[in-house]
Amino acid sequence: MSASIPPNLDIKRYLNHHKMMNRIRAFEETAAMANEDGLVLGAIHLSIGQESIASGVCQNLEKDDFLLSTHRGHGHTLAKGADPQSMMLELLGRKGGICRGKGGSMHIADFSVGMLGANGVVSANINIAAGAGHAIKLKGGNNISCCIFGDGAINRGPFLEGLNWAGVFRLPVLFVCEKNGFASTTLTEAMTSGTGSKDRAESLGIPAEEIDGNDIVAVDECVRKNINEIRSGGGPRFILCKTYRLHGHTASDPALYRDQEDVDAAWKNDPIQNCKELLKNAGVTEKDLAGHRHDALAEMQEVYDLAKRAPWPDLQLAYEDVQDSGDPRERAY
Amino acid sequence: MTVMTYADAAKAALAEEMRRDPLVWAVGEDLGRGGVFGQYKGLAEEFGPERISDAPISEAAIMGASVGAAMAGTRPVVEMRFADFALCAVDELVNQAAKARYMLGGQTKVPMVIREPMGMWRSSAAQHSQSLESWYTHIPGLVVVVPSTPADNKGLLKSAIRSDDPVVYFEHKNIWGLEGEVPDEEILIPFGKARLEREGADITIVSWSAQMHVVSEAATVLQERGISAEIIDLRTLWPWDRETVFSSVEKTGRLLITHESVSVSGFGAEVAATVSEHMFQSLKHPVRRCGAPRVPISYAPPLEDLIRVNEAQIIKVVTSMMTSEIQ
Repeated sequence: MSASIPPNLDIKRYLNHHKMMNRIRAFEETAAMANEDGLVLGAIHLSIGQESIASGVCQNLEKDDFLLSTHRGHGHTLAKGADPQSMMLELLGRKGGICRGKGGSMHIADFSVGMLGANGVVSANINIAAGAGHAIKLKGGNNISCCIFGDGAINRGPFLEGLNWAGVFRLPVLFVCEKNGFASTTLTEAMTSGTGSKDRAESLGIPAEEIDGNDIVAVDECVRKNINEIRSGGGPRFILCKTYRLHGHTASDPALYRDQEDVDAAWKNDPIQNCKELLKNAGVTEKDLAGHRHDALAEMQEVYDLAKRAPWPDLQLAYEDVQDSGDPRERAY
Repeated sequence: MTVMTYADAAKAALAEEMRRDPLVWAVGEDLGRGGVFGQYKGLAEEFGPERISDAPISEAAIMGASVGAAMAGTRPVVEMRFADFALCAVDELVNQAAKARYMLGGQTKVPMVIREPMGMWRSSAAQHSQSLESWYTHIPGLVVVVPSTPADNKGLLKSAIRSDDPVVYFEHKNIWGLEGEVPDEEILIPFGKARLEREGADITIVSWSAQMHVVSEAATVLQERGISAEIIDLRTLWPWDRETVFSSVEKTGRLLITHESVSVSGFGAEVAATVSEHMFQSLKHPVRRCGAPRVPISYAPPLEDLIRVNEAQIIKVVTSMMTSEIQ
């Protein structure tokens, strides 16, 4: 599928998206390589094929906006402005990791850019994001809270409870559902009764839209419009982004449960390719666009090389950051 | 000193902290109308509905949203209504609140107080009566508080609100109306400092929460029979004041831990094991525990009473410990 070219396309804006999407893809490919090299210690969940949502959502957030992400959160974190070096160090559990080597892939966070954490529990980020929005309301800020989750999250209680909460208190929260079709390794639709997340959100009084998540223009414009509405006091919004998970659930999952035809079709709808076509049609040269890919791969290779050479975290860190009262450094037994 | 109830002391603590710090707010079901036990009565009038906030019956959201609100710079006081209902929000408390600071590498703290009214009260049966304090002592990251008097409920709640840790705060429903003297000056009771309820020479009895009052009654009877019991109110279970317990056991040579919760894996087991590991030679008698049998809590009063640790049981166990020494 090639994206249509809207009139007056802001080329600079989409060059930025193209660059970011390539950085995310390169980070994920490098992480997959690190996983094959046996240097990633726990499970990692790649967002390959979903980069347009990460870039389209997170590049529309300000630094002081909050972001809550999922176990598949590398792309969101990178697009929110986190440093890939400290992210890769974290994936490898090394000193200098963004969570000091104590969280790993599923707990990536960077509070300095408003990224309050990926989460290892599906759907758990929804209530937390609603609460971050609640804090904004109490403190009177103009920032917003954004929560990205997968379609696997819509059948857990926090989806209902968090959306209801945001609606009841009219909180500045943007909910983004990345519908990649799979809940772990099972088709989400096979395990979902009714018409799905958009209708569920609307039934809770939250204005909701459904878009093609692999079309960066659709994502960018829809997100921008909804963020403006939220910032001007409109309360929470919900965006359902249809996409496809081009790899398995984890980096070690060959995903043989999928129809090859579906996979082939999905690769033809690669969001990065779509964005590239869009920019080519708008007059950007193939060379410039290929440069984004080349630069991103070089950047992430450098990041990986440095991470590989980094030492393990200092051992005393195991006892730090637990609690102030009853600190295990004083007594742990 | 002012005489006030356990419930009013907590209310005074919350009001003082909310006046002091605009980032403190409370959220839970029915708070606007004063809370289900009246422990928030009048606060919405003073602080408004945003800071004394009603909530849907949605425990996971109350707890989970408070985690997010704490990470985003406020200090929520979370009302769970009944300790039993907090089980609907265990992921939010155990996997999120307790872990965020650690797994995010110290980038955040989660300053929140989780108020969990607990214990047997007015035939409330199996889903409204439990004492689950020991569960939370097992979770790194959490502080566990179990006040027994009005003064402690004020001083400990104020400390809990000022703590940067998630604090699980158990108030016992059966003593909401208990009156006691509360200092007029500001009181902030530190965590991990036990209270010596009564000095004694023959046996150390460790307890907490409403059970303390049962122990006191028993000790008065024991005193009349010539047995001098030293009573320690732990006040907080993590951290817990093992030094005070150790020095008392050093003196008495006998230790009984008694609590309302189920004996099996109750916190009494932790205290007993710790004392046995560290001061076995000081013991004149094996450490004993009193706690509920491992059965759910009944509705009919005679059945409910059967599993309640009462004065007679404590007196019987203590008396047997005094008469059967290790030779």
